[in-house]
Amino acid sequence: MSSSTVTATIRTILAEHARLGTDVSALSDTDDLYAAGMTSHASVTVMLACEDEWDIEFPQQMLKKSTFASVAAIAAALAELGVGEQASA
Amino acid sequence: MSDVAARAALADVVALGRRIGVETAAVHAADVDDRARFPKETIDAFRAEGLLGALVPAELGGLGHDLRQAAAVVREVARSCASSAMVLAMHHIQVASLVRHGSTPALTEFVRRVAAEQLLLASATTEIGIGGNTRTSSCHVERVPGPDGEVFRLTKQAPVISYGQYADAFVATARRAADSPASDQVLVVCEQHGVTLTPLSGWDTLGFRGTCSLGFTLEATGPADLVCATPFGDISSATMLPTSHLLWSSLWLGLAEEASWRAQRFVQKAARKDLTATPPGAPRLAALMITRQQFASSVEAVLSRYLEIADDPEETSAIDFMVAINALKVSASTLVVDVVNQAMLICGIQGYREDSEFSLGRLLRDAHGAAVMVNNDRIAGNTAQLALVQREAR
Repeated sequence: MSSSTVTATIRTILAEHARLGTDVSALSDTDDLYAAGMTSHASVTVMLACEDEWDIEFPQQMLKKSTFASVAAIAAALAELGVGEQASA
Repeated sequence: MSDVAARAALADVVALGRRIGVETAAVHAADVDDRARFPKETIDAFRAEGLLGALVPAELGGLGHDLRQAAAVVREVARSCASSAMVLAMHHIQVASLVRHGSTPALTEFVRRVAAEQLLLASATTEIGIGGNTRTSSCHVERVPGPDGEVFRLTKQAPVISYGQYADAFVATARRAADSPASDQVLVVCEQHGVTLTPLSGWDTLGFRGTCSLGFTLEATGPADLVCATPFGDISSATMLPTSHLLWSSLWLGLAEEASWRAQRFVQKAARKDLTATPPGAPRLAALMITRQQFASSVEAVLSRYLEIADDPEETSAIDFMVAINALKVSASTLVVDVVNQAMLICGIQGYREDSEFSLGRLLRDAHGAAVMVNNDRIAGNTAQLALVQREAR
């Protein structure tokens, strides 16, 4: 999976689970999702959906508010766990 | 501060809290409870000692106490009058939030005035129609030009504003702007002279009757630089939520300790009357002392943990800490009722009577407030969700 596909999938997950006040497509990759209306409750759902999608587990040290603060932040966290690396290399 | 100096400073504030508790709060507690009236005498005593500025740093004119010292005073006062202690606790929660997160010179100046003028701060963080979740707001901040610069306007339907009629200022949550989502909240300091309160409901409750937590429509206006720009979600996780649960738990601990000591004095009195046998309540007292120690230890443990990480927002918003602070609230609010119940069995009819030195009626009624102020079931639901994502540190 390329990194652009990863980003697209993150956006699909956000559209389904982040319960934002605005349309995800209106946000840039670096826009703050919490400022856009994502609650900490919703961020938990987003995290579980990511784990299911890529069959991964976020380790304890990544379980911070900032990990899920933007599309780019989530993509960076996923990259650290090896998601999206192979195809983009 | 060295450990020895810190212990001495803590002993001093404990003594201060005990003195206000015994000399003032205890004297008026029954009347405050009976008439559901504001504990004015005790709050005046706090003011006389500068305690409304306890958490204001010394360089801003406050006493510069840390949360452990503030909690110690709340715990001592709670032994005499839980309502007085709750007013002080709720005031401290607002001050702590503004001290750590005040984002403008005007907010810093306001904090300085809290200490200098001993201003009492009330909280308007709940709202009718949001289902009890303080992390969402329906009302919003409106900014309009004024003669001396931009001013804010805010109208909020608050189901409770504790001691609203006696506060000098209100710390309210609201959406940042008209087009902000419900979770994009800010804190706004609303000074009393810019506020109109219209009562929506009364306050005739089982316990904590002196907090006078009526519902109000709050209409407020003031300079726009009293709006704190820091996202409220960050203030909540770093300061407001942990400070609330730690101060409340300390208060409930003080309440439990008072009930426990009444039971202990009761058993000791019985022991003196019959020197040939151990009093019947003694074994149960031994069990009660275990619960009391567990309770005190759990409050102390989470307090120490918080003091270590309080200035690190990554740590205070981490799942492990959120689980710990939630667990403390639920366990402390459950234990306080347990302790008073056990004390009641030990004191028997003397505890059940309203006119004995071992009376536990008001303590029991106040204790039941603990589980319903921020309902334990709501917190348990939140913890259950966190449990889905908590991972072991490796």
